[in-house]
Amino acid sequence: MNILLENLFTEQKTPYPDDKGRYGEFGGRFVPETLFVALEELEQVFRSAREDSEFQKTFQYYAHTYIGRPTPLFHARRLSEHLGGAQIYFKREDLAHTGAHKINNALGQCLLTQRMGKMRVIAETGAGQHGVATATACALLGLECCIYMGTEDMERQRLNVFRMKLLGAQVIGVDSGSKTLKDAINEALRDWSLNIKNTHYVLGTVHGPHPFPWICREFQKIIGIEARKQILEQAKRLPNLLVACVGGGSNAIGLFYEFLKDKDIEMVGVEAGGKSLVPGMHAARFAGGSFGMLHGSQSYVLQDEFGQIGNTHSVSAGLDYASVGPEHAWLYKSGRVKYTYAMDDEALEAFQLCARLEGIIPALESSHAIAYVIKEAPQRNSDQIILVNLSGRGDKDVEHASKFIELEV
Amino acid sequence: MNRIEKKFEELRQKREKAFVAYITAGHPSPDYFEDIMLALDEAGVDIVEVGIPFSDPVGDGPVIQEASYRSLQCGTNPTKVLNWVSNIRKKTEIPILLFTYFNPILAQGIPSFLKTSAQSGADGILCVDLPVEEAGTYKLEAEKNGLATVFLIAPNTPEERIKLITQKSSGFVYYVSRLGVTGEKDTIANDLAISVDRIKKYTQLPVLVGFGISRPEHATFVATVSDGVIVGSAFVRDLNEHAGSSQWTTHFIQYVKSLVDATKKVKVSTE
Ligand SMILES: Cc1ncc(COP(=O)(O)O)c(C=O)c1O
Repeated sequence: MNILLENLFTEQKTPYPDDKGRYGEFGGRFVPETLFVALEELEQVFRSAREDSEFQKTFQYYAHTYIGRPTPLFHARRLSEHLGGAQIYFKREDLAHTGAHKINNALGQCLLTQRMGKMRVIAETGAGQHGVATATACALLGLECCIYMGTEDMERQRLNVFRMKLLGAQVIGVDSGSKTLKDAINEALRDWSLNIKNTHYVLGTVHGPHPFPWICREFQKIIGIEARKQILEQAKRLPNLLVACVGGGSNAIGLFYEFLKDKDIEMVGVEAGGKSLVPGMHAARFAGGSFGMLHGSQSYVLQDEFGQIGNTHSVSAGLDYASVGPEHAWLYKSGRVKYTYAMDDEALEAFQLCARLEGIIPALESSHAIAYVIKEAPQRNSDQIILVNLSGRGDKDVEHASKFIELEV
Repeated sequence: MNRIEKKFEELRQKREKAFVAYITAGHPSPDYFEDIMLALDEAGVDIVEVGIPFSDPVGDGPVIQEASYRSLQCGTNPTKVLNWVSNIRKKTEIPILLFTYFNPILAQGIPSFLKTSAQSGADGILCVDLPVEEAGTYKLEAEKNGLATVFLIAPNTPEERIKLITQKSSGFVYYVSRLGVTGEKDTIANDLAISVDRIKKYTQLPVLVGFGISRPEHATFVATVSDGVIVGSAFVRDLNEHAGSSQWTTHFIQYVKSLVDATKKVKVSTE
């Protein structure tokens, strides 16, 4: 299946982003002046890179030989049978190098960094997956790497901190605010505004100021392109429903994008319902948020009446964020994609069920998508197909999950 | 003409450079707001930039971040800040420029935020993360309410954008003297004069310089090559250390005055 796509980055399924970086009323570029100029430069570099067949080839060369793409599409027969409804297929992003889809974007943006002639890369990380992916791509390409991570997340994801350091990255703990992802992004933006001359900021999801949501989508949409071909090969038909978890939204848009024009295919994004929908206890931006602007982009935001950004909670660090990518905001508002949430304990159950029935330990993030499927699949006939993005593997979460799950030894 | 414009007119006649002081409203505690404002007035500050604290201040360094955090912990919100501003208006005519991030404006609604700002007695507004490209409604509503709109220009802003930004600016133009976020630095860029002249090609507005200024010798140097000086983090840090201790206002006035004097000793040359 390894054919080179000539128009990987140029074929667009929607009119967005427009030339102001908007997706409908969402998106944009709301940043202090120093960053504005850097973002204009980045946009130009990306525009030229996407038209350049050499760049497309290089990206796909590494995607194939280094990331291990295409990742398999797997028919989860035992889980399907157990739930007694629709047939469930997993897009196995957990098998991508470093164990999650994050590497697609990290590698792509590090190639852009080289193209800009910059030698230093910074990134934020929540779960540590994007940090690990970026540190990996930097090691591969010989770039200096510095990762910002909230000290609270460093505690939750100790293993990934060690991995990043092993890969030669510097990990800087962020002790301000809630000490999680949003504060790590704040700090990365501050670093970038000081060091823009020699530094590229590899933002880890389809959020942030234009052109980040666009660039990240372009590097992630390979997921859906592959999945569409694979399901046609295996099942000889398209799926009825696509499901993905939504933190910033990169694995979800990565899967959904290629199918947006298939009007009959339903799509569901699953956010983190946390402990309850009380403010501060979840990260369900569509259920509990409102129109606002965080980190350079207009979208749905968890905030108070005065526009102060709210605290969030999720058992999975990768979904624990107060805003969501602007393209998802648009897909939500236009009704093309439905968004729901799964609670912490539902995700933890899905985590265990998937491990026992399929021999796959999913990331806690991906477990949110599976949790929704557990409720939805039994409602459907066995001739229906649900395709789930298994965005990452759960090894990183085993230690954290063991605090909540009691197993008889 | 609002108080900011009037102030620059007055400075022009006196052939003086401008001195602008930034403080974070509600820091170190809301109880000190009035004392701080009156102290700045007494020290001879021309314009006060009143910062509305925001939970995620990406344009600010550690000192102002910490101040914003502490102020929010005390329950500060934009409505309260505007109340404090309207109270202080009964005691001083010092021009006030509100400094804010965009999300608090969005949350209230752009027209309503700018209207209530003007009603409170503020004279202008600076929104750090709102680029001119996105500022259509904002600019319109500000004009409608007689508020000056100050925008930032950075060392890496290309000439085309300088032109655009100066067109949207009123009151004065704020030149950020270096890359990065707010905070004190030991040195000031020595090519400052060139940068300021680059901006002056496109505008008659006064060009003021901020970011990183903390010492009298900085202020004098900056005043020599521009129309005025903006000091923020240094005052916030000083208030952090001293506000509430005995005689702190006397001490604070002295400190502010040392920077005001260093600015004012530079006289405008007749062209
Ligand atoms: C495995 C995995 N899935 C999903 C996410 C959420 O991010 P996004 O919504 O951008 O895919 C993360 C983030 O760290 C992750 O590690």
